[in-house]
Amino acid sequence: MAAETGSRPRVGLFVTCLVDLIRPKIGFASVKLLEDAGCDVEVPSQTCCGQPAFNSGDRRTTRAIAEKVIKTFEAYDYVVAPSGSCAGMIKLHYPELFAGEPEWLRRVDALCARTHELVSFLVDVMKVERVDLLYDGTVTYHDACSGLRELGIKAQPRKLLNSIAGLHIAEMKDADVCCGFGGTFCVKYPEVSNAIVEKKAQNIAATGALTLLAGDLGCLMNMAGKLQRLGKPVVARHVAELLAGMTNEPAIGEKPKVNGQ
Amino acid sequence: MSVPITSPQFKGNAKAALKDVQLQRALGKVESGFIGKRAQVAARLPEFEQLRDLARDIKDHTLAHLDLYLEAYEARVKESGGHVHWAATAEDARKIILDICKRLEAKTVTKGKSMIAEEIGLNAHLSEAGIVPIETDLGEYIIQLRDEAPSHIIAPAIHLNKEQIEADFRRVHTDLPPERNLDEPASLMAEARAVLREKFLAADVGITGANFLIAETGTSVIVTNEGNGDLTQTLPKAHVVLASIEKVVPTLEDVSTILRVLARSATGQEISVYTTFSTGPRRADDPDGPGEYHVVLLDNGRSSMLSGQFREMLRCIRCGACMNHCPVYGAVGGHAYGWVYPGPMGAVLTPSLIGVDKAGHLPNASTFCGRCEEVCPVRIPLPKLMRHWREREFERHLSPATVRTGLGFWAFFARRPRLYRWATQRAMRFLALFGGNRGRMHWLPFAGGWTRHRDFPIPERETFQVQWAKRKKAEAKAVAEADANARRAAEAAAKDKAEAAQ
Ligand code: SF4
Repeated sequence: MAAETGSRPRVGLFVTCLVDLIRPKIGFASVKLLEDAGCDVEVPSQTCCGQPAFNSGDRRTTRAIAEKVIKTFEAYDYVVAPSGSCAGMIKLHYPELFAGEPEWLRRVDALCARTHELVSFLVDVMKVERVDLLYDGTVTYHDACSGLRELGIKAQPRKLLNSIAGLHIAEMKDADVCCGFGGTFCVKYPEVSNAIVEKKAQNIAATGALTLLAGDLGCLMNMAGKLQRLGKPVVARHVAELLAGMTNEPAIGEKPKVNGQ
Repeated sequence: MSVPITSPQFKGNAKAALKDVQLQRALGKVESGFIGKRAQVAARLPEFEQLRDLARDIKDHTLAHLDLYLEAYEARVKESGGHVHWAATAEDARKIILDICKRLEAKTVTKGKSMIAEEIGLNAHLSEAGIVPIETDLGEYIIQLRDEAPSHIIAPAIHLNKEQIEADFRRVHTDLPPERNLDEPASLMAEARAVLREKFLAADVGITGANFLIAETGTSVIVTNEGNGDLTQTLPKAHVVLASIEKVVPTLEDVSTILRVLARSATGQEISVYTTFSTGPRRADDPDGPGEYHVVLLDNGRSSMLSGQFREMLRCIRCGACMNHCPVYGAVGGHAYGWVYPGPMGAVLTPSLIGVDKAGHLPNASTFCGRCEEVCPVRIPLPKLMRHWREREFERHLSPATVRTGLGFWAFFARRPRLYRWATQRAMRFLALFGGNRGRMHWLPFAGGWTRHRDFPIPERETFQVQWAKRKKAEAKAVAEADANARRAAEAAAKDKAEAAQ
């Protein structure tokens, strides 16, 4: 056992505050995917990556949070988050916070190099080629902005989804256009955010797919909430849930089924 | 007269824009007219991404030596017989231009499209002095008829539908026979041309903007699709070029590099229909050209951007790609931004020019989706620069109290993982109880901004971290039990063996 453990990378799961609070299932799906890919997963005590403070212009708070994240996670071989937005925050923006502090920058850079978004980590680092699953249905995939533009995540989730027997991806129009979530934006400018997500919901519904997937819970809650408000028959899940074979669990905002399954 | 500012009312402006049916219909053109075309033309040019790097580098280099290049430019303009006027403020620029017009006893001036003229409120200023400004770009002409400001930096009338424009033409061109077909953009253009031709001939001064000023040659360059700029600048007695200081580039070669990304990014054309180079007034053996050539170089806050966090914004070549690709601009249009420059470039530039206290909404009204930066031909990191404005607001305590308090409350917990776990677990359990078995809520206290438009999912009863800790505990217990069982079994086996041996 000891020898095997030694060869398995130790992954610190950065579960993200939204997943931690609203939809822990995604955390468990991530753990399963990482373990199946040959990682040992640990979940150190954690809070948030600091992005809400960062995007509100509060650098001092962001920096204090970033220090905590660095100290908590620097011991792991990899840090993996089921969110392009949080992984992007650490990877691209933490270095900015410590500009001019070589000692900290060394630590930050070391951490950034080992920080990844979940699906791209599975494909690009762990070289996962396929998932052995059956899924009879059509899905559509939204490219959440940070993952897409900060981390270049587009092909990886599609690669794994396409390896699933029976699954068909119906691409939506403007899959790479923002859903209007934008963190605090959606509550600061609710009408504008609503106009953007309304367009997105129409594009999703037009594909005919009954399941919407994406890699960021914030965007998913925004789109799911709008689809539900509009009465569209589409359910939304984090892509990790489907890849981990957890589609018998209730989708985002759906009622738990009575009598178990 | 300076330009009215409604940026502080961005929220109200945006709400009104979202309800404006005509505007919403017109905004569809942004997507159909720009986005796909840009993508296609960019894909056809293998070196497009390299050209963007080059364009960025040319601009960065120029900005690093801006004083030298401006001096060189001024010297070349003088050598070619032109005049250079330095305007520190909008007011200075208005005065300089008005003085030129008065000296030439101008009654009408024709104008090519110029955002700097919008920035300094030139038309209103000339009109007050009894001089009639005539816009010659079709889009500008239309909005002048309607007494509106441009809603886009390269397509000023993009917020209008052709029926609205036709109605304006019929209102103003009273001699238009009713049977005259104005259904097509081409026929509107022909009608505008017919009217404008007279004005070109009558104008005393022609004012244009500039896309580039070339230091090496003292040349100003404009790109248009209508050719109106050429007539504006060659027919009158004087040609006045109104440009901001960051428009200068070192050489002709540099201009040709940047031109290759400009039209592609702006309209998805390989090159604009007209690219016009002007150097000095008419020379003795020139067949035509203006008798006088003036350049008004406007600073208006730009030199102070040079040394600060917003310097990269001065690379902007005003192609409009950032607004074309912006989901917020696409939803509310340009007028909602409340001043001259809309969209992501306006969200960065406007606070620099009119103050973040007035324009604070602009850098906040962004989802940070990053599509603007992705398409900007000179790679301006627009989201980062908007974030810098948010930082300044935060430092100056300009951000709303609710945001600051909420953020402070959240940050307190975010820095204390154990307390956070304890508090969030309770909060989520409460939410789950409050939500009951429904799966989602239609209404949530303190989250009206969310639930007014969308449902909110009811969280699981326990946070991930709590569930994980339980799972780990259960696993450890199972391992301990298994160990204990194994030990007992081994002991029993050993005992059996011992007994058997006896
Ligand atoms: S910021 Fe970039 S994309 Fe926007 S107008 Fe300027 S050059 Fe074009």
